[in-house]
Amino acid sequence: MSVNLTLLTVMGALYACGIYLILERSLTRVLLGLMLLANATNLLILATGGYAGLAPIFDKDTPAGDYNDPLPQALILTSIVISFAVTAFMLGIIYRTWVLARQDEIQDDAEDRRVAETPSFDAEDDSVIPAETSEFPLAMVGSDGAGTIDKATASAPAPGTGNGTAAVMSGDRPVRADKAASEEQPGSLNVDPSPEGGEE
Amino acid sequence: MNITSFAPLAVVLPILGAALTFLLIHHTRAQRAISIAVLTLTLLLECWLLASVWEGGTAAVDIGGWLPPWGIVLVVDQFSSLMLVVSSTVSLAVLIYATGQGMADGDRDAPVSIFHPTYLILVAGVSNAFLSGDLFNLYVGFEILLTASYVLITLGGTGPRIRAGVTYVVVSVVSSVLFLIAIAMVYGATGTINMADLAIKLGDLDQGTRTLLHVMLLVAFGIKAAVFPLSFWLPDSYPTAPAPVTAVFAGLLTKVGVYAMVRTETLLFPGDALNAPLMVAALLTMVVGILGALAQSDIKRLLSFTLVSHIGYMVFGLAMSTVAGLGAAVFYVAHHITIQTSLFLVTGLIERRGGSSSMDRVAGLAKLSPVLGVLFFIPAMNLAGIPPFSGFLGKLGLLQAGVELGTPLAYALVIGGVLTSLLTLLAIARVWNRAFWRKPGDAEHPDPVLLAAPADSATGDRAGRTNVTLLPRTMVGSTLGLVVFGVALTVFAGPLFRVADQSAEEMLDRSSYIQAVLGEDAPVPPVPPAAQPGQGELQGGGK
Repeated sequence: MSVNLTLLTVMGALYACGIYLILERSLTRVLLGLMLLANATNLLILATGGYAGLAPIFDKDTPAGDYNDPLPQALILTSIVISFAVTAFMLGIIYRTWVLARQDEIQDDAEDRRVAETPSFDAEDDSVIPAETSEFPLAMVGSDGAGTIDKATASAPAPGTGNGTAAVMSGDRPVRADKAASEEQPGSLNVDPSPEGGEE
Repeated sequence: MNITSFAPLAVVLPILGAALTFLLIHHTRAQRAISIAVLTLTLLLECWLLASVWEGGTAAVDIGGWLPPWGIVLVVDQFSSLMLVVSSTVSLAVLIYATGQGMADGDRDAPVSIFHPTYLILVAGVSNAFLSGDLFNLYVGFEILLTASYVLITLGGTGPRIRAGVTYVVVSVVSSVLFLIAIAMVYGATGTINMADLAIKLGDLDQGTRTLLHVMLLVAFGIKAAVFPLSFWLPDSYPTAPAPVTAVFAGLLTKVGVYAMVRTETLLFPGDALNAPLMVAALLTMVVGILGALAQSDIKRLLSFTLVSHIGYMVFGLAMSTVAGLGAAVFYVAHHITIQTSLFLVTGLIERRGGSSSMDRVAGLAKLSPVLGVLFFIPAMNLAGIPPFSGFLGKLGLLQAGVELGTPLAYALVIGGVLTSLLTLLAIARVWNRAFWRKPGDAEHPDPVLLAAPADSATGDRAGRTNVTLLPRTMVGSTLGLVVFGVALTVFAGPLFRVADQSAEEMLDRSSYIQAVLGEDAPVPPVPPAAQPGQGELQGGGK
């Protein structure tokens, strides 16, 4: 099969420029890059048809070898239509990005960024489970109150939440035993901070 | 006249439906009725096709009377008709779900009227890709479904969707360009793009050209199927789309890529030396995908990563190119389309009920809505491969085939497969623990609505609208239908595995496909004797 060198050179140049452009961050350039790639591919398909020949309209005097191969041209026609539609859609998207963000740049994925910045420490899975040094866990001594203060404040995983302190300061305002017993952890929101006298 | 001559209707019906719904763009009720009717008809036709192919073997339809290898030909064999039936079932369920959502929300989202025509065109593209017996027609099928998916993924044109859409469109266009280049090269090398004809002619090329064409096609399809180094676009772009759209994308689009890979491997380049690299890619896809899933705190993103990860199983089965492996891969594709779609549909319901799909916000759903818990739990366990579900059976089939093959690389993949299955279970268990079991107050950023809402409230405020039905019956019903279909795949796993194994045998044998397209007297080239086990051992041992 013989090919046209000019066509091939142009095709190579188009591919090179196209690939360079789609690596850019500006959307318009990416679009231009995609268009160049599509057209370079059309040239490639054209090249597979071999040398230019006669129009493929059957004539019984013409030997079969003189005709041009019509199939690549049919393929190119289809691919031109498709890339036309995609280009139009991309233009729509670019315009929409411009309307929304006032910039012609590819945006970062916020969720991706967030996951990337998440520390490997996960409060729920990895935090130290407070060691029970007492035979009597918090829930059991709730009615007493006084004995719970130190341990509870030390083991609270998230310091400084308002509810947490209200629950733990059971020295001043003793939390009812049944309330305390229903708790899994001191910082939980289910604690009713003002069973009595919380309105101060 | 055989029923298989009506095969083009599987493509034509949805396109006609799309035209009709586009004309009726201001009549949402009519649109709904038409699109559901069209998809039901298509599904019935495809079931009939499957039955007839089951009885009568592979059949080909010459479009417009142009004989192959010159004209375009549609081929119905067991694999393609099975894919058609499963994909249409799934798309019908998603369509009903979407209409349910539209009705519940009062269709106030402006561009929703465009949803029905676009969705039907997507289905037409998928059917065309499954049926195509011609490489360029396959490309056209891909383009039809991709163009429709561009519209669907940016539906509404909000900031995040446009951002995700840009990634998706650019990556898809690049993969399509690669596919087109591959087609041009194939045509340049052989002078034909009819797949049956190619199966005969590609064998005459020298090894270097063959490998080049093979790699080009695999890379192009690998991007579409989201195989590991080419998979990063998927979790980036899928999660922002509306729930039904993500669901149908997750179920169908990547599987069309897998389907194309299967055809490339079995029909065009059987017995070629790319099985070992494919196996490595499969292993990496499984492991890297599932590790990505573990890092996510958004359920949709997590599911997108499991989607990538489980593509690895299918590639694994494909890369073994034994009847057992390929059969298990076919079964796994059918299972995974159903399960992954139903999980995304449930996630859509979670988002409605809980106000968000982020596990930092949603909690306590098991108590709020036990139905949701059941709907999530069954496909989730199915995905993780807990016996007796079809996920377990599919994985078991793959692992058995891997052990049968017995190369070091196959064993590595067997271990990787088990590990991925366990990690999937871990990822799913995290969702279950955090979104379903813990108290609403324990969430990192508890949703005030969720904290305040009494357990039995059927309506709530979502996205600025008040008194939205949180769990409309149509949405729950269609999800339930799909979950039941997934369970049915388990119950009827025996016959399904038989279909899968038979289609695998048929594909590896190639003669029925080639003879159906080119006539009874077409020469069927023998599969090149490049023995896969030897190849795998050679390359696997070098590692």
